[in-house]
Amino acid sequence: MYRIRIHGRGGQGIKMASRVLGTALFHAGFTVQDAPKYGAERRGAPIFSYVRAAREPINERGVIYLPDLVVVADDTLLAVPTAGTLQGINANSVVLINSHESADTWRHRLNLDARILILPAGEEVEDRAELPHVGATCAGAAARLLGVIERATLAQAIEEELAELGSDIVAKNLDSALAAFDAMADQQCIVGEGVAIAANDFAPPDWIELPFENAQVSAPAIHAAANSVQVRTGLWRTMRPVIDYDHCSKCWWVCSTFCPDSAINVVDDLPVIDYDHCKGCMVCVGVCPPHAIRGIAEYLAQQEEEADAADTTDR
Amino acid sequence: MPPTLLTGNVAAAWGARLAAVDYIPAFPITPQTEIIETLGAWVDGGEMPARMVTLESEHSMLTAAGAAAATGVRVFSATSSQGLLYAMEMLYTVAGWRAPLVLVNVSRGLSAPITLEPDHNDILAARDCGFLQIHCADCQEVLDSVLLAYRLAEDPAIRLPVLVNLDGFYLSFTREPVALPEVEVVRQFLPPFDAGNIRFTASAPESQAVAVLGGGPYSYFRYETHLAALNGVAVYEQIAAEFAGLFGRKRDAVENYRADDAEIVFYMIGSFASKAREAVDRLRDDGQKVGLVRPRLLRPFPATPIARAVAGKQGVIVIDQNLSMGQGGVLYTELTASLYGKPDAPPIITSFIGGLGGRDISAQEFYQMVTVTREAIASGTAPPPRLLYTAGELREVRKLQAIAAVERQETSPGQQPRETPHE
Repeated sequence: MYRIRIHGRGGQGIKMASRVLGTALFHAGFTVQDAPKYGAERRGAPIFSYVRAAREPINERGVIYLPDLVVVADDTLLAVPTAGTLQGINANSVVLINSHESADTWRHRLNLDARILILPAGEEVEDRAELPHVGATCAGAAARLLGVIERATLAQAIEEELAELGSDIVAKNLDSALAAFDAMADQQCIVGEGVAIAANDFAPPDWIELPFENAQVSAPAIHAAANSVQVRTGLWRTMRPVIDYDHCSKCWWVCSTFCPDSAINVVDDLPVIDYDHCKGCMVCVGVCPPHAIRGIAEYLAQQEEEADAADTTDR
Repeated sequence: MPPTLLTGNVAAAWGARLAAVDYIPAFPITPQTEIIETLGAWVDGGEMPARMVTLESEHSMLTAAGAAAATGVRVFSATSSQGLLYAMEMLYTVAGWRAPLVLVNVSRGLSAPITLEPDHNDILAARDCGFLQIHCADCQEVLDSVLLAYRLAEDPAIRLPVLVNLDGFYLSFTREPVALPEVEVVRQFLPPFDAGNIRFTASAPESQAVAVLGGGPYSYFRYETHLAALNGVAVYEQIAAEFAGLFGRKRDAVENYRADDAEIVFYMIGSFASKAREAVDRLRDDGQKVGLVRPRLLRPFPATPIARAVAGKQGVIVIDQNLSMGQGGVLYTELTASLYGKPDAPPIITSFIGGLGGRDISAQEFYQMVTVTREAIASGTAPPPRLLYTAGELREVRKLQAIAAVERQETSPGQQPRETPHE
């Protein structure tokens, strides 16, 4: 069975890379399992995906602990222990890194008993993590390292997996992936199929008895300085409430009381909306007795602001 | 059709599409959302002639689902974890209405603390509500189970809603080869819903209600629901046999994997059971007679097939991916209760809690559970239940606690310092 793990950051196309590789292996006649692994989704957060491919049904499931191939699409992750990029790498593993540094540098730095390769880049970029179509590039290079995927099969997989994104994007990813596939020609078949952990020769788990600890220790509570104010939830807004002070009856309480985010403060008997934290729910628009608050599309409000700012600059 | 790579979520959506459902009340939640998105795209694109409505909560979603099913249309919905609990009041109510529908639950551990990854406390919280339960171990099984679930729900001897469970991440986001059955064969297996006396005519609306009842009539209606659920074991076996004949896949109420000649069997539900299959194969490579017994049907509880599958074994290893606070594993409790007093019940049944919040269970842990159980068989005494938990995992928790302690000191320096966790 081939066991492949692909590490990167949210937005790099790591899930796409595993799907391209999975589909290509499937078309090459393998039984395949592929999956992404992430927490609460966030651009830039470390994520990984994995692919298993075998000639027989696959019963293994979940995270791969002993990978035959590890692809690292952002080399800064190698220094982040919680990203787990190096987990289970052994003498039979191949590590493919997207980096400006050389394989030798990484061999010394990581002191790893594994074969290390550098991802071929189609163009020179300052930050390798920003390499265009990095996911497809990783998939293309990985496909060649396995040596069991034909060039045309890789192309077919990319066309299938990216079809929804339109022909232009497919073409660009295809170019990057196939260039990486070609560039790795002399490393073809460097990745071999690993074996399962044997039941007659295994390291027993270091299980412990979980001790009782009182709730002061064991309740899952984190107390941190009040930080909600730093989270600019106003960026979520698609509609903006705007108060027309000529019509505001200065009741001083209805809109500010009903605002579910406490984003309307009363200053000198007048309600003032805190746009850093107003999410644009429009509750205030609905509850204002004299209808002195109207909702306008946020993008229009921003265009207006930009025009006003430009006006001011011109003067 | 040749197999294609599908996630568990898309396989669930295909189940609904092939079942030709009429109505889909929906509310999204991680890790179920892809089911709703997939169905939404099909309905929107005219590929699926169903009515899909997004509701403002899972409670409303279940109310809409039950109300629609009570008018005689075929209903599908899906949720997960917190959403299932939010709908809990209506789960009991809809089952009480005897409204047949299929609800997919994508298992995810419950808050607090919060997680996105799977365990079975969500689905087991719905254990006693009157919904029948089918538990899946792979993506093909998800699709197959949705079809089986409609047959089960709509059977005149049952007429109860059915929950189909798949694990978040391990199935929901995992692609595997899935064979899509031909529509004509599905129609043969699952004809359009014959609603019988369930009826509603839009031009002649009428009220359907239940009355407030005293204990006598209340007991009657509740116990009738129980009897209907119990019918599920025999009906399921008949449906599964029909399914195997048409589609060539065995979907027995209880999976028996290399268990016939086994001395020791694993007993568990859900996708982690496929890891147990892998462990069984490796243990067999080593000449160890180990197998797997996996209930697919958990409600009704298939007591007879389970008792048959474990009869005469030296030991059973129960792995519970759930935790009943103050009691332990739910599967362990139910299995031991159902085997009590049976003459050929296994003498040793060991209890392990593992996989909470998606915590993985390694191959080495499966092997070690066998070692522990062999020792128990030799000594004649089962060890106390064990949480699968390593020293390394506790070290990671200590790091988190240290960070939380520093945060607290910085926030409230005047307060008592936290007690230092002891090693």
